[in-house]
Amino acid sequence: MGEWKTPDDCKYTRTDEWIRVEGDEAVIGITDYAQDQLSDLVYVDLDDSEIGASIARGSAFAEVESVKATSEVAAPASGEVIAVNEQLSDTPETINEDPYGEGWLVRIRLSDPSELSDLMDAAAYEAYCAGRE
Amino acid sequence: MNQTVLYETHLKLGARMVPFAGYAMPVQYTSPLAEHAAVRQAAGLFDIDHMGQFIVEGPEALEFLQYTTTSDVAELDVWQAAYSLLCYADGGTVDDIFIYRLPEHYFVVVNASNRQKDLRWLDAHLPGFDAVVTDVSDETYMLALQGPEAEAILQTICDGDLSTVPYHTGTRRKVAGVDALIGSTGYTGEYGFELYFDAAQAPTVWQAILDAGEPHGIMPVGLAARDSLRFEPCMPLYGHELSESISPLEAGLGFAVRTDKGDFVGRDALLKQRLEGPPRRLACLEMIDPGVPREHYEVHVDGQTGFVTTGMFAPSANIYAAMALIPRSTYELGKEVEVDIRGKPKKAKIVKRPFYIPAYRR
Repeated sequence: MGEWKTPDDCKYTRTDEWIRVEGDEAVIGITDYAQDQLSDLVYVDLDDSEIGASIARGSAFAEVESVKATSEVAAPASGEVIAVNEQLSDTPETINEDPYGEGWLVRIRLSDPSELSDLMDAAAYEAYCAGRE
Repeated sequence: MNQTVLYETHLKLGARMVPFAGYAMPVQYTSPLAEHAAVRQAAGLFDIDHMGQFIVEGPEALEFLQYTTTSDVAELDVWQAAYSLLCYADGGTVDDIFIYRLPEHYFVVVNASNRQKDLRWLDAHLPGFDAVVTDVSDETYMLALQGPEAEAILQTICDGDLSTVPYHTGTRRKVAGVDALIGSTGYTGEYGFELYFDAAQAPTVWQAILDAGEPHGIMPVGLAARDSLRFEPCMPLYGHELSESISPLEAGLGFAVRTDKGDFVGRDALLKQRLEGPPRRLACLEMIDPGVPREHYEVHVDGQTGFVTTGMFAPSANIYAAMALIPRSTYELGKEVEVDIRGKPKKAKIVKRPFYIPAYRR
């Protein structure tokens, strides 16, 4: 334990979500630290995040369930859902295998990019994870 | 928090430790799903030293066990082992146990969390019997080796032919040079063994089994996979499918309740339940809508309410599934029910028990 991937092109929340901005859009998922803590994921509930739905910063838009626990996923930033990773309903383990890539949860159109300014960068998040060990 | 002799060994293997029944125990080493699969396909090694062991001996040891347990202990041949239960007078369950009849005494294996309670309860019933109950849990180590490769692995470090040991019997052998009682028993639905030996020898025996098992694909297995492995064949876990307020008949364990053997604590209540039908019945549920039905979630069936006793993703059956206690009158195979998953009603159906047929019943 102790070594988690924290890509530099993402920003991070204290509740272990990542967000990667691409123009006025952004992709959201859970971090390597989060998937490691949860262990094997067996179910991802994205029912409340249909395309076109609005998600608000800090509010839960999905639930991920591991063998051991259920965890809500909160939005790092507000926006409108423009894509949902439908593959996860059949292969939730993708999040364990590739949390920042194939294991993404939703893509949103950002409604207020200024919200991103107080999220952690990779170095800060890495220190934050280390501090919880 | 108690630590088993293997605490440091588990940490070196990368285990995550959690508190369980007063002990720090490994919940997983690598991945619960990988450990589950290893036991189904090859072999897994479990530290279950938190479990308790009592010796029951004396001229009236048999009479005492007949009076305090639900099974017919008189039917056990020497070396034979059987599942049994301790019940309260009202039919609720004190604990579920395993009884070995050894040449010199009875050897009783109890749940970790119930060890003190069981001891007090047995002591309370001792007066009038010429028998002695001794708690030997601290000096006795307990490991489980389970899976289709278990016998081949153990055979390489054990004297005598293991293939001649029938299912649910004990035998005394040397394992890696250590005197051990080996039971062909387990809690996974696979063939395998449970081993009892001097606690000081635990590191030797543990390492010898892992080394012998390496070419067979053995993995150390934590509590998370232990739970999914026992869940799929629908083996009860005390505190979930059984409790002070859940009788063995409600839990579908009538085979171990021998109301025909003579008097025992709880017999009148259990016989009445047997004749009238117990008020509730343990149902196996398979989710129709995907979702994880976790313990205590409500189950709605015919306008009545039951609850999930254990629920999870069942890895070998590849379904989301639950055991749930529902009013007996509502039980019908194939019936659709609703599980309330955190406020969302999700459809499930009552299916045949178990979710996974144990290897020794195929």
